[in-house]
Amino acid sequence: MKSAKEHRAEFVFKYIFLIPAIIVIFAVVIYPFIYNIILSLSNMSMTHFRDWRIIGFGQYLKVFSEKDFYTVLGKTIIWTVVNVFFHVVIGVFLAVLLNRHLPGKGIIRTLMIIPWAMPQYITALTWRGMFNYEFGAINLILSKFLHMPMVQWLKDPFFAFTACIMTNVWLGFPFMMIIAYGGLQAIPKELYEAADVDGATGWQKFWKITVPHLKPVMTPAIVLGVIWTFNNLNVIWLVSNGGEPSDKTHILVSYVYKAAFNLYRYGYAAALSMVIFAILLAFGISFIKRTRATESIY
Amino acid sequence: MSRKDSKIKLAIIYIFLIIFTLATIYPVIRVISISLRPGDRLLSTSLSIIPEGASFDSYIKLFSDGRFIRWMLNSLLVSIAVTITGVALASTAGYIFSKYRFIGKKAGLTAILTTQMFPATMLLLPMYIMISKLGLINSYIGLIFVYSATALPFCIWQMKGYYDTIPRTLHEAAIIDGCSHFQAFTKIILPLATPALVITALFSFMAAWSEYIVAAQILQEQEMFTLPLGLKQFQANMTTEWGLYSAGSVIVSIPVVVLFIILSRWLVSGLTLGSVKE
Repeated sequence: MKSAKEHRAEFVFKYIFLIPAIIVIFAVVIYPFIYNIILSLSNMSMTHFRDWRIIGFGQYLKVFSEKDFYTVLGKTIIWTVVNVFFHVVIGVFLAVLLNRHLPGKGIIRTLMIIPWAMPQYITALTWRGMFNYEFGAINLILSKFLHMPMVQWLKDPFFAFTACIMTNVWLGFPFMMIIAYGGLQAIPKELYEAADVDGATGWQKFWKITVPHLKPVMTPAIVLGVIWTFNNLNVIWLVSNGGEPSDKTHILVSYVYKAAFNLYRYGYAAALSMVIFAILLAFGISFIKRTRATESIY
Repeated sequence: MSRKDSKIKLAIIYIFLIIFTLATIYPVIRVISISLRPGDRLLSTSLSIIPEGASFDSYIKLFSDGRFIRWMLNSLLVSIAVTITGVALASTAGYIFSKYRFIGKKAGLTAILTTQMFPATMLLLPMYIMISKLGLINSYIGLIFVYSATALPFCIWQMKGYYDTIPRTLHEAAIIDGCSHFQAFTKIILPLATPALVITALFSFMAAWSEYIVAAQILQEQEMFTLPLGLKQFQANMTTEWGLYSAGSVIVSIPVVVLFIILSRWLVSGLTLGSVKE
């Protein structure tokens, strides 16, 4: 049994040490969240910075009634799906190639982590330089080696968006590769040996052994990947230089960033932030529910 | 894996891997190659890896140009302040979340996880408005506050995870032996958690070192710029300062990339361990 004095000592220590945790949660979660809700119900903007007032759900109505929201949402979904798809496919493909006895494997693996290791803003700015029409490496390679016409990468909405996706695919696949590689190494070799004895083809082994075993490892990584990609402001903002040409390359987070900091529509931006958060939260919760559901089956 | 692959299969695998590796490192090689271009050939349509008349002109210019050194010092100042705040708050908050029971613990942890789904503007806009009302725009205090706030949830999570692996009995035994709770933490647990402290420190440092989006809103004078803002400015003047941008990128990236590759083993085992069932 602990004495009253010991209890008091634990109590005091616990609450002194809780102070930093409380400060953090307040500063990082509660304060921004509540302030965001208040802002989203207000008319705050550049012209109403000091004399703002609560106006109700007008900003939300504005979000849902503007056509731009739906086009940008559509682009965000394309952006997320295409990026995560390529991250996973390239990542798993490379992990499968690397998962064998292979001299020089360490060097290849290390070199392939570089895109993940580079500061994102440098990646984005460097790729922007590579997409330059006249002097960029991409067009030079296209015209000199492949004898294809040069592309106006940064001036055409479609190609500018493609350029952003290419950049993000480049920087995102190593994460999936490393996770998949870790997962592959945990698969017992006996399974493949037994499959060999039964005369299974490589393709069959991949779909019947590799894929089911990778699933539990890759699913959380894919969820993280979706959230990160959905929220990735750096690449879009820096490769397209803030949505150029003429705001045709935005995804939701860059659109709301522009609304807040270039157009000073604070109330509107706060409302849109809440909508983005709601979308991601719904995605996160449905994922947790689904995985719990599958767990209970086993 | 010990399965024997045929020679032809191995050759095909190597070809694929080499193609992918080249595609992976090409942008890096390209930056390095541009950084070595002599001043009068910055804008060339050459694709050669070692440029004609390669020189360290850009690097010399970079370091003799006061701006880069200034930005680097600014970045160091901000990053070190964020690291200290991050480690101090995450090591204590993570400890309490790992080893003690209190009301609201679960809610607190859920709140910390939820932040990972916040769009950047959800944190940035309220903080920006608060900072501007406090008159802290264009100050490092404002920037350090936002950086610490955004890096902390991950740092706390990381520290808590590590403390979880240290058996409870250890600090309980220390307390029975007459240590105070505080001594048990500083003398027993904290030294054991050194690897996690190092990771947390490096993570906070790198997060602040490589951040552009927030700094672009808070810092307005060129004198105050951190490296990301400075390099963006070089990059925007592509015709005249492309060499400076490339040389600067190389210098800024090398320490980060090296650290990251060393850390990646640890990061990855942390990410996969939980999900792989033994």
